[in-house]
Amino acid sequence: MTGGHGAPVAAGGAGTGVGPPDHQPVFVGKALERLEALYPKYPTKQACLLPALWIVQEERGWISPQCMAEVGEVLGLTPAYVKGVVTFYTMYYQHPMGRHVIQVCTTSPCHLCGAAEVLAALLKETGCEELGRTSPDGRFTVVEVECLGACGFPTPILLDDDFIESVTPERVSGILGRYP
Amino acid sequence: MGFPHPPHSKETVVLSKYFGDEGARSFDGWVQRGGYEGLKKALGMTPEAIVEEVKASGLRGRGGAGFPTGLKWSFMPKNSGKPHYLVCNADESEPGTFKDREIMRWTPHQMIEGCAIASYAIGAELCYIYIRGEFTDPLRITQAALDEAYAQGALGPNVFGSGKRIEMVIHRGAGAYICGEETAMMNSIEGKRGNPRIKPPFPAQSGLFGMPTTINNVETLAAVPHILTRGAAWYKGLCLGSPKSTGTKLFSVCGHVMMPGNYEITMGFPMRDLIYDLAGGMRPGRTLKGVIPGGSSVPIMSREEAESALCDYEGIQEKGSMLGSAGFIVMDDSTDMVYEIYRLAKFYAHESCAQCTQCREGTAWTTRILERMLQGQGKAADLQLLLDLSEQMTGKTICVLSDSCAAPVVSGIKKFRGEFDRYLSGAVNPETMPAVVGR
Repeated sequence: MTGGHGAPVAAGGAGTGVGPPDHQPVFVGKALERLEALYPKYPTKQACLLPALWIVQEERGWISPQCMAEVGEVLGLTPAYVKGVVTFYTMYYQHPMGRHVIQVCTTSPCHLCGAAEVLAALLKETGCEELGRTSPDGRFTVVEVECLGACGFPTPILLDDDFIESVTPERVSGILGRYP
Repeated sequence: MGFPHPPHSKETVVLSKYFGDEGARSFDGWVQRGGYEGLKKALGMTPEAIVEEVKASGLRGRGGAGFPTGLKWSFMPKNSGKPHYLVCNADESEPGTFKDREIMRWTPHQMIEGCAIASYAIGAELCYIYIRGEFTDPLRITQAALDEAYAQGALGPNVFGSGKRIEMVIHRGAGAYICGEETAMMNSIEGKRGNPRIKPPFPAQSGLFGMPTTINNVETLAAVPHILTRGAAWYKGLCLGSPKSTGTKLFSVCGHVMMPGNYEITMGFPMRDLIYDLAGGMRPGRTLKGVIPGGSSVPIMSREEAESALCDYEGIQEKGSMLGSAGFIVMDDSTDMVYEIYRLAKFYAHESCAQCTQCREGTAWTTRILERMLQGQGKAADLQLLLDLSEQMTGKTICVLSDSCAAPVVSGIKKFRGEFDRYLSGAVNPETMPAVVGR
């Protein structure tokens, strides 16, 4: 949930070009081409919002308020509306993350098969110590995720875009070593 | 990527025949294995004849609700003058269920072919395949298969030279269980928060972008090409239990079994054999305590109920639960039921879209009450409080997410009351209690 009624809403980038003045626009060059390739796939510009946010996150690693304003301006939506959508979906990051983001499934089927131990090993060996925190070297952020849909291969983790199955505490250090 | 187990002799492999066969992923490989014959046959039929064939097969929705597929298709208006849409629901995220992921990563063309036939049958100008954001491998594999299908003329303005147009687009989700609910999914495609919509209007009248829409699960659509090539009578004949449940179905079995995995069995297969034979039974020295059969959103079955049930919609309903998406969460005697129910409640609290008060507050309070119970601070009145809460969460909201949270809680208290009482009586030493993770 995002703030109460009457919460102040940023005015956005009206009249200042694309996004706020100190903002380096995302949608230039290749990213702009990718955005424009979306338009024929949907009957409305609004429907391009989820894929457009994916482009932002791939370019910047997270979705800043400035980027939300830019996306809004490009698609004809208010910054508040874009923020409402960003905050609904757990995979859009609203804060800078570590170089590598690790999502660990701890929902019941995986918990039955030892997910808590896998999570503990990941928190310890990345140096993150706590869920949602980035390791002091900026390398990893570990978050808990609800059911990854691979319950027959416990415990699955999603490390950046790599879906890794059957992770055990013993495998953790070997896996982390592949992500400098 | 993990390989599936080799087929078991008691399985009836139709959808899963090529799981583990990397050659089946390409267009040519799929065609060599008999692929796209169903679509070619469909293109020579009228849309009405296809709908009738699917109706006659008895195929029911494999996403959880079990609604007859042909009937659903027949609700689409004729000559409405509006664009029609098909949505393929590949947002698989029901805890315990991992079958659609296997269909997509081993046999993407099986799903695409099913989508193409359904698109033609309902007159869809476009099919959106909604793949959950976390499914990075299925997304990559399906996109590659889709590109290939276009290049080979299996999709596009003139499918296999028939003059018929079938178009498909992949839409990636971004992490929200509720988007698997059909009206939430439509909002998510429209670029909105994934809040379910009040029904009516039903999607066939006013769905995606306000237009007539049909939403089907991946497994449902994947069965369609087989029904067309082999005939409705063949499919209907695959039936060991209730005549209302026909065909084969992928059962995802996970948790405390020796051989977790997807098992494709004929509807009506005995659950005892599925758990003890196909899935290899319990770990050494362990006994079965309970099964949540439908993915996590259904009542927990006791050992006795599970061992005597038949695996179809009616067989499981007879034992007081639901088939749902057939994701079997198997729990042995080492399971702390209070903790597992707490963990499920936490799942639903996290995934509530927060539109309806009963769900937003109910799932959160259920979680908090169970959490304090686990920490040795439960109160004598808590069980009644949980049951009262669950009653307020059942049948009172826009979608069934809060009902899904209540189902394991109510059945858990009813069937495993002793475990709750142990926590409430202080018989559990807080030192030995499971840590509450993720707080």
